[in-house]
Amino acid sequence: MIDKNSRTILSVQDLRASINGTEILKGIDLTVKSGEIHAIMGLNGSGKSTFAKVLAGHSAYQITGGSVQFEGNNLLELPPEERARAGLFLAFQYPIEIPGVANTQFLRLAYNTVQTKRGKEELDPLEFDDFVREKMKLLEMNPDFLDRSVNEGFSGGEKKRNEILQMALLEPTLSILDETDSGLDIDALKTVANGVNQIANKNNATILVTHYQRLLDYIVPDFVHVMQAGRIVMTGGKELALELETRGYDWVNANKPVNGVIA
Amino acid sequence: MSDLASTDYLGCLLKSCPIKSTESLSWLSQLRAQAIDRISTQKLPTRRDEEWRFTDISPIAHLPYQPSQPECNLHAHDIEHLSLKEAKNRLVFVDGHYSSNLSTIFDATALVIGNLPEFVATHASTLESHLGQHVQFDNNVFAALNTAFLRDGALIIVPKSIAIAEPIHLLFIATQKEVTSYPRCLVIGEAGSNVTLVEDYVALQQATYITNSVTEISLAANAQAKHIRIQRESAQAFHLANCAVSLAHASNYQSTSISLGSQISRYNLNVRLTDAAAECVVDGLTLISDRQLADTHTCIDHLKPNGTSRQHHKCIADDAAHAVFNGKIIVHPHAQQTNSSQSSRNLLLSKLAQVDTKPQLEIFADDVKCAHGATVGQLDQEEIFYLESRGLSAKAARNLLTYAFGAEIISRIPVTSLRQQLEQAVLNQTQSN
Repeated sequence: MIDKNSRTILSVQDLRASINGTEILKGIDLTVKSGEIHAIMGLNGSGKSTFAKVLAGHSAYQITGGSVQFEGNNLLELPPEERARAGLFLAFQYPIEIPGVANTQFLRLAYNTVQTKRGKEELDPLEFDDFVREKMKLLEMNPDFLDRSVNEGFSGGEKKRNEILQMALLEPTLSILDETDSGLDIDALKTVANGVNQIANKNNATILVTHYQRLLDYIVPDFVHVMQAGRIVMTGGKELALELETRGYDWVNANKPVNGVIA
Repeated sequence: MSDLASTDYLGCLLKSCPIKSTESLSWLSQLRAQAIDRISTQKLPTRRDEEWRFTDISPIAHLPYQPSQPECNLHAHDIEHLSLKEAKNRLVFVDGHYSSNLSTIFDATALVIGNLPEFVATHASTLESHLGQHVQFDNNVFAALNTAFLRDGALIIVPKSIAIAEPIHLLFIATQKEVTSYPRCLVIGEAGSNVTLVEDYVALQQATYITNSVTEISLAANAQAKHIRIQRESAQAFHLANCAVSLAHASNYQSTSISLGSQISRYNLNVRLTDAAAECVVDGLTLISDRQLADTHTCIDHLKPNGTSRQHHKCIADDAAHAVFNGKIIVHPHAQQTNSSQSSRNLLLSKLAQVDTKPQLEIFADDVKCAHGATVGQLDQEEIFYLESRGLSAKAARNLLTYAFGAEIISRIPVTSLRQQLEQAVLNQTQSN
């Protein structure tokens, strides 16, 4: 929700980033305030997933210009784990499988690491088990997933639920969901969206990176941004997503406003 | 290494062999005598030998360590941390010598278990037909040496149709420095029997010594054995081991071997599927660092039809360590309908670490299914980033992934307390750097 008393969580100014000498992000500006849900849409190759990974601190990308403030601090100087501990969360498009590590062991390790850094108490395995099972209900996840290896043999939908479960456990200030809707059937999409909606509140913020409008039927954004060739070329309300859905991305080129904003 | 050094080394060792004439010419002393004869015709292998091309054992030629003496000053509490609570039967050997004080025999009526010499008179014909018959020493100087010095050893005979539920712990403890010990095991599973063995090599202090072990396992029709082998010797030790397994009709052998210790170690495991429908699972994990060298040579020999073998071997090498895996699978002309798979996966944690992996399939039958694969790689950057993005430090992420790579093998060990000990050992090692 848009609230005039909200505080700024993320402030991105003229962010530029390259991989192996090729510039992918060519000057991104974005401000996200508490309570807001932003959707970043765009075709494959527009740079939206790169933007998500750069915010999370992926080392393959070099920052070549601009700045990112996260709750008033310089985000770009923090290693990825410090960003996570500071309250930034990236739900992966392709969550990694880790054979040999039980999901519950991984979830508890991540939870306790972040809790400790926030000056809170760790949970022992029994306490954590109760806590995580409660959170799993939110996502209608089978508790059997706790004992299996992290993401190993999980279906696409199960992997995405496991991502949102981590988000529910870590209680981030800013959640970035990278193509969370890809590979989900409609039931799984509703469950995942329901989970995200329950986690979202007036003190945190969410960025949804997506190709399709479909997800936005279930998670209603306050702002929709269209990315193209490494820049945000258009920003609007939730109706912009519908406009894109009916008219296609070519329409953006024809109607690209000079200042990047249509109201 | 010169031949001279090799001859000196073996000659020097032979001087300390028991003199033949003091014993009656029983089959056992004949066996020893044969072994001594074979030693005089062999040399220490060098890297010019195909079987040793990756592993230079010349350092031991300069260390003609004499056989260890039976002097055990250990008490039960000294080795309490090594005990496996599931194991009711435990045979303990200190520097290769049997310690009845430290051993616990629970099932003396259900099976034959104890120190080899105690059974030489009562079980002569059984022992004669197995001892030294599975591990051939004609072309294996270390097996010949072990046999020449054969005295104490673990003997287990599981009678027909008997299943021993709890694992049997064979604990080999090194305490003396600058000696050679010659551990020996013979395990006979009679028809339809079932047993789980833990063959465990440990050191109580960091010292230089040589362990030269021989293990023979023979399973009769429909017998089953799980064999867990742990090599956690001192980091300065040399460990040279030969194990041979003979599988009769529809018998089942499952092996998990873990190599953690020793500056140089070599494990030869030969499994012969001598009759139809035998099955084996041969898993292994090597986890080494510093300048350790660990070499695992396996040979799975399918001699008859309808056999199954599955092998999964993993190596993790850090610092300047060097891991070797040579996995030979032979399918003989009559071994039709053999189903065999082998995978060798290797993880290099530093620029100086090295792995040599050599899958070797020799297939002479035409109706078989054989799959094999080998990979050598480093930790995946995307996996590390995933864990970092959940708040784990880069180091913690690397440690967890390394641990997970090894845990896949360890998790298959069917003895809970041992699995926990090993998981802790792997955690300690992966978190030490």
